Amino acid sequence: MANMTGAQMVVKALKDQGVEVIFGYPGGAVLPIYDEIFQQNDIRHILVRHEQAAVHAAEGYARSTGKPGVALVTSGPGATNAVTGLTDALMDSIPIVVLSGQVPTFMIGSDAFQEADTVGITRPCTKHNWLVKETDALADTLHEAFHVCTNGRPGPVLVDIPKDVQFASGTYKAPGKADIGHYQPRLKGDPEAIEQMVALMETAERPVFYTGGGVINSGPAASQLLREFVAETGFPITSTLMGLGCYPASGEAWLGMLGMHGLYEANMAMHGCDLMINIGARFDDRITGRLDAFSPESKKIHVDIDPSSINKVVKADVPILGDVAHVLEDALRIWKSRGRKTNKEGLQKWWAQIEQWKQVECLKFKQEGAVIKPQYAVQRLEELTKGMDRYISTEVGQHQMWAAQYLGFEDPNRWMTSGGLGTMGYGFPASVGIQVAHPDALVVNVAGEASWLMNMQEMGTAVQYRLPVKQFILNNERLGMVRQWQELLHGERYSHSWSDALPDFVKLAEAFGAKGIICSDPNDLDDAIMEMIKHDGPVIFDCLVTKHENCFPMIPSGKAHNEMLLGEADTQGVIDAKGSVLV
Amino acid sequence: MSALRIKKGSTSHSAYNLRPTFSDVQERHTLALLVENEAGVLARVIGLFSGRGYNIESLTVAEVDHDNALSRITVVTVGTPQVIEQIKAQLGRIVPVRDVHDLTVEGPAVERELALIKVSGAGDKRIEALRLAEIFRANVVDSTLESFVFEMTGASDKIDAFCELMRPLGLQEIARTGVAAMSRGSA
Ligand SMILES: Cc1cc2nc3c(=O)[nH]c(=O)nc-3n(C[C@H](O)[C@H](O)[C@H](O)COP(=O)(O)OP(=O)(O)OC[C@H]3O[C@@H](n4cnc5c(N)ncnc54)[C@H](O)[C@@H]3O)c2cc1C
Ligand SMILES: Cc1ncc(C[n+]2csc(CCOP(=O)(O)OP(=O)(O)O)c2C)c(N)n1
Repeated sequence: MANMTGAQMVVKALKDQGVEVIFGYPGGAVLPIYDEIFQQNDIRHILVRHEQAAVHAAEGYARSTGKPGVALVTSGPGATNAVTGLTDALMDSIPIVVLSGQVPTFMIGSDAFQEADTVGITRPCTKHNWLVKETDALADTLHEAFHVCTNGRPGPVLVDIPKDVQFASGTYKAPGKADIGHYQPRLKGDPEAIEQMVALMETAERPVFYTGGGVINSGPAASQLLREFVAETGFPITSTLMGLGCYPASGEAWLGMLGMHGLYEANMAMHGCDLMINIGARFDDRITGRLDAFSPESKKIHVDIDPSSINKVVKADVPILGDVAHVLEDALRIWKSRGRKTNKEGLQKWWAQIEQWKQVECLKFKQEGAVIKPQYAVQRLEELTKGMDRYISTEVGQHQMWAAQYLGFEDPNRWMTSGGLGTMGYGFPASVGIQVAHPDALVVNVAGEASWLMNMQEMGTAVQYRLPVKQFILNNERLGMVRQWQELLHGERYSHSWSDALPDFVKLAEAFGAKGIICSDPNDLDDAIMEMIKHDGPVIFDCLVTKHENCFPMIPSGKAHNEMLLGEADTQGVIDAKGSVLV
Repeated sequence: MSALRIKKGSTSHSAYNLRPTFSDVQERHTLALLVENEAGVLARVIGLFSGRGYNIESLTVAEVDHDNALSRITVVTVGTPQVIEQIKAQLGRIVPVRDVHDLTVEGPAVERELALIKVSGAGDKRIEALRLAEIFRANVVDSTLESFVFEMTGASDKIDAFCELMRPLGLQEIARTGVAAMSRGSA
């Protein structure tokens, strides 16, 4: 137990927690911590250009490594700028630790310069947060923060540290010695419930694995076990936007993503199944569509570590509270010991039915004419990069859905997207965080031009740290997803859904000292993409695409899985007034 | 592609309107929480109720274990069985919440509330107020020539009934503590 200042403790605790890099932005209330950062070389600090970006970068780092991401911001505006990132991480269950500076304890409550009630503001958008009022409590709190953010359902935490606490001296405690509180979620599932799960799996005629972000959260072992279970049983598997990569896209049993913009076969399988095995997904409204028509004939097994996810929207017949890897390990063992039974005959018919659904070829499109279709751009990106050591992030909108549909993910932690909050501006800073974690990998942010502009200042970060992130912008000069909804729901009244006065992206790249590429001809696309990949440095790729493309398939709000729109021809008069109030 | 016959001016409500409730029956539940007595813990509990649109009928809080810095919060809430389940799960997920007990389902419990009730008046009304107070076992804790302050402890509906009776007799002010509750028996 060593005596040191609060600021020293922060750096020491980060080191002891195995933190290698933090994303931050300085200011008056964190100067003592910055002073300590200056005097050491173990922890790398990445200076972002906006605190929101620091948090998204920490998210990208966390999601692509499985380790917690760390951001450091100053009091007042620094902390309020972090709020969007915290909320994003909360919705997507991403483990991050945000450290914020605060005015000195004796000035709290006096409307001091750059004072904000940071713990009050961030209480609803963190898993937990703390204001540390004494230097002696700092080490405990920092270690508890890491413990809470990574255990159970992961999520963002924030530690607010007043400046006098950073200056004062106190006793430091190492991780093993610190008091980290009582938070200890259960990992093992109830054996009886798991036995029930296995029994249902043995007889099911039309089973489907419905998997989600919880598999990724649980770690690589969970994906491995899932793959084994799928291979052994031969059950079809689909996944949410957040779960992509938990099962390989090239795998035999893969149905593709499900949900609002999911694949026809995935949604039809969900609708028609007699056994739904939910592994770490939360029955989001993007998945269920109209609830009273959601998978009407199935029994539902739900494996989740968070009791509040179970029975929240859909009643589970077999709820199993526990960690995915732990539950799958037990389930697989029990299933094997009971003789590896499945309903072979039923499964054969089920797969025959699924094959028919696949014949619909719901992602088919025709690249014709002189303009690049966005689907084509993503498809070419996939073809040209799929074998590579590749990480993808996205912004939010149509391009995000096309990326989810046309890119294939073979492994977990390779796909970073803002699902729950749908934060435009997430993708670019996330790609920065990913590239910092994986310096030699190909990191591509599939973006829309409107989203990308929301955090474009991060070009400075990318250039400064020589992060060769590729910004692959599908430029339709529209807020495409908004435009699509206006077309379908608001009588083609395109209220403020244009991206007007766009910058010249090539010049913009050059202004930052980076490379810009523009491509408008489908015949040039492959070469241009290769040029982007080969360039050793950050690239802005301005891919001019058709302006009025809609994203299909689409289950309109308030509709059931089997009422999916497959293309333009299906869209006449489909969304009623009741559906249009939904988001 | 044509417009989808959405009437102009159709108003937006919330996305959650289409949620089918598992059962529509509204139930009243008394929850007892044991929480770590750290700064902001009450704000977390209250923020959960307001943020997610749950009801609080009554809420009491006080430290019950000084050595371990534990407080007990008693919340009376109303909702469908599914909502009540969600409330308990959501409360359980707050890091400094150690324990959530649903006294309504965990077997018989006693519930008590304390109220101070000021009644002013003269003549017959004053005498009637005092007579009723006796029947309800309310104590007089302050009296002037024109007023009484009654103190009574009991189940909430008993206090409701007493307050109703006092209304025509010159009811001035009510202060209630909210419900404190505990399961019966030794467990
Ligand atoms: C424009 C747009 C369109 C979208 N369209 C779609 C769409 O078509 N299809 C789609 O799928 N999504 C879509 N989304 C995303 C959607 O909003 C949700 O974010 C997503 O569906 C939620 O994924 P999930 O159910 O896997 O849950 P997550 O948010 O990933 O939650 C994970 C669940 O697993 C649990 N969990 C966490 N860790 C563990 C563990 N170790 N063990 C067990 N359980 C654990 C958590 O408690 C939680 O319940 C869209 C988003 C946007 C922005
Ligand atoms: C911060 C934020 N503001 C607004 C929205 C609503 N929104 C969702 S998609 C979208 C349009 C995105 O346009 P663009 O980035 O160009 O992508 P496209 O849909 O054209 O592919 C908007 C405005 C959002 N998701 N996030």
